[in-house]
Formats: sequence, structure tokens, C-alpha cells
Amino acid sequence: MQPHFSSSRILLPVRPWFIYFSLFAALALNFLPTAHWPGVPDWVALVLCFWSIRESRRVGMGWAFILGLLMDVADGSLLGQHCFAYVILTYLAASLSRRILWFPLAQQALQVLPLLLLAQIIQVAMRLAAGADFPGWSYFVGPFVATLLWFPLTFVLLLPQYRPVEQDPNRPI
Amino acid sequence: MAGIDHAPPPFFKRGPAPLALLTFYVLISLAIFVVDHRFRSLDLLRQSVALVVDPVQRVAQTPGGLVDHARGYLEGMQQLQRENDELRHAKLTTAPGLQRLEQLEAENERLRRLLVVKEREQAKGQVAQILYTARDPFSRKVIVDKGQQSGITAGQPAIDEAGVVGQVTRVFPFSAEITLITDKNQAVPVQIVRNGQRSVVFGVGDGQLELRYMPANADVKVGDMLVTSGLDGVFLQGFPVARVVSIERDSAYSFARILCAPVAGVENFGEVMILDARTPLPEQPPEAQTRPGEGGKGQRVRKQRAAKAN
Repeated sequence: MQPHFSSSRILLPVRPWFIYFSLFAALALNFLPTAHWPGVPDWVALVLCFWSIRESRRVGMGWAFILGLLMDVADGSLLGQHCFAYVILTYLAASLSRRILWFPLAQQALQVLPLLLLAQIIQVAMRLAAGADFPGWSYFVGPFVATLLWFPLTFVLLLPQYRPVEQDPNRPI
Repeated sequence: MAGIDHAPPPFFKRGPAPLALLTFYVLISLAIFVVDHRFRSLDLLRQSVALVVDPVQRVAQTPGGLVDHARGYLEGMQQLQRENDELRHAKLTTAPGLQRLEQLEAENERLRRLLVVKEREQAKGQVAQILYTARDPFSRKVIVDKGQQSGITAGQPAIDEAGVVGQVTRVFPFSAEITLITDKNQAVPVQIVRNGQRSVVFGVGDGQLELRYMPANADVKVGDMLVTSGLDGVFLQGFPVARVVSIERDSAYSFARILCAPVAGVENFGEVMILDARTPLPEQPPEAQTRPGEGGKGQRVRKQRAAKAN
């Protein structure tokens, strides 16, 4: 019925604490000193995008807003910059989730790329409007790296939901 | 694995529609963006969020700090010995000047008093450790480990052993944000040591500074030292800021393009000295003349009144 829907593997239900833990871990990754290196992706945007595609009822725009506020304060940027970008990102990811999940992983990553790029472009536009300098094209390398990371990220974040290998033969189904 | 249905069936309660939520959050984001940018009145919100974020950030910075520490430990005896020798040598070479400094300052103070000139302010401050640079790629800021608890206030200047590093722009309970002089929005009033000419130096953003609004024929040479002029009431007079690196004089423009390199290790990690705020400067004298339009209007009103009285 769905010949190309390769991501339709039946998964265990997600545990809410794992979602919150992964978002917190992404925040901590963003705070690492490596965040200054060119090409290091915005982990919060990536994980937020992932969960709003997979579990849009649990991770919504409220989470995006709060995480954006935390990032704004931690970055020392203008308040509202990350909030705005993350909220838009979450909305688009959630409304496209049905369509994105239809595709195999490689094509999912291709569809995620414009969303992550849009988040960066929104932030640049806001700061340029506020009178800052253009930070250079290396600022836009992050989303491309994040796109490549979509494969390992999907594997790692879905790991707790994979059905256990040893199955009980006496199970009714 | 559920998507957002744009028209949810009425018997499942799912909160407000996504578009309504989006509008709500976007409006709030834009509102706080504009308020923070234009009026800078959200400091309380920023400080309270920083109370939550700051510990996490410090924990996240510890691995890097440990690596640095280990590298410093492994650098070995030899280098330390060499550095120690160099420092001792430097101390000896600066000794003649330094040993007489105290006496010179006292003499200077006495002479100033004789001349009835206001005494020079003494520089005092506290040492702070740079924790990390802010992640924001649009600006150049560092976070130091002293904040409101140590009595730091926004506006205090920060220096290192060589010269001016920047200025405290935001204060949090346990940390403070220093905007470096190389930031695009940071300006420092300076004076050329060689001829006493005053100007303002601006950050360019790529680790350099630019001396702006100097006429194309101004007396500036490559290698000139710029020190703070103290006219802004923030920086004390005489701290080294930058050295002129290149001058482009183009007769097509009325100003010369003068690039300078900061003297202090602005982009390095380490310790900075946050100087206490200066005693406020005397008030500026009121402007001499009123705007001509207002004066004329007032006269006309007076004439009309005179006509009525007649």
C-alpha cells in the first residue's frame, strides 16, 4: 500500500522524559566551546526540528519559544531572535511532518535542509535589520552539516523506541 | 508520528489551532525583539533567565577548561623557566620607570594642586576571569565571572596588562558581559600620543579598529599610539588602546581610512581588570543659542500680544 514509506517501521511509544532529555542535551551541546567553530550546527534547532516532525503533539511552539529564549540569553544576542526562528521552524516542521515522514531518510534530510536554512536566514535578517554586520557565509554551513547529521540523529533519537530484538514467542500478536 | 491536522475533529481536545499558536508566539517574539533592541528595558527578564542558563553554561565550558588546564600542565618545565626568565628580565627593564612612578605621581599631584588643576583620578578595580566568548557571531563579547554580587555595573571599562579591552555592557547576578573594543557598536574616544589630536576609534568587527572622521590630511602616521582621551567620562585618561597599522588617503573622500590594531590581547582568553566607574564629569554648559525658528515665533507672539494690548 505504501511501497516507499521506508520509515514506517513500527516503534514503541516515545518516552516523554527522553524527548526533554534530548532537548536539554542539545542545549548543552550548543553551550560547548565548539559552538564557535565554523560548520558546527545549531543542535537545538536540529533536535527541535526532529521532534516536531516525529512528535508534534509533545514538542510544539511553546517549547520552541522557551528554548529560543534560553538560547538568546546564553548567546548574548537580542531577545526574540532565536525564539522567532525556532517557532517558525517548529510550525513548518510540524505541518510538513506527514509529508516528510513519507520519504526515506535521505530525502527526509533534503526536506529538512530548507527548514534549517530558513531558521538561519531569519536570524541573519533580524540582526541585519537591527544594524549588525553580515557574519560571513560560514554562518550558513551549519544547516548543511546538520542535514548530513540527520541520519545518525534519527538512529540515536529513535534507539529507545526500537522493538527489542528478543521477542517473546508466546505473545498473542 | 502524528502530524498537525489543520481541521481537528471537535471531539478531540487539542488546544488552539496551530496557526493561532504561531501568530501568538511570533507576535511575542517580535515584541520582545523590538523592545530589547529599541528600549533595552528587558534586563530583568534577561537576568532571571540567565540565573537558569548560567550554571548549565559553566558546566558545559568545564571540559574545554580542563583540556586547557591539562595542556598548561604538560607544557613542561622548560617553557615555564623561559617565561619566568623573560618576565624577570621585563621586570628589571621596567624597574627604573616603575620605581619612580610613585614619587612622580605624588609630584604630579602636588604640581597640579599648585596650578589649581583638578587632580587626576586614581584607577582602581577588580580582577575578573574571562569565562567564555558569547556564541553570537554578530558581535564580539566575552563573559566574565564577576557580576552584580561583586558590585559590577554596566558601563565600567575593562583593561588587561597591555591596554583597553572593552566595556561592561550587561550585568547578570554572577557574571557580566564585556563588549570588546573590536565590536562594531563599540566606540572609544582616543587621543594620539605624539601630537595630542583627539578622535574616536570604532570597532570594525574583524579584530581591527578604525579611526574615523579624521581629515584626509590629518597628522597621523603608521605606528602612532592611541590612548584614551577620557572625554567620555567612562575611560580614565591615558590607557593604551591601539596602534595605527595602515592609512589610506584618498582625495575623493574627505576622511582618511585609518586602520588600527588593538594593543591589548582583545581576542585572547585570560584575566581582565574591571575598573571602577569614574566620578561623573561636570555638567556640560548649556547651549549658547536657541534655535532661530523658535525665537522668531516667540517674537511674533509678543508682537501680536502687543497689538492686542494696544
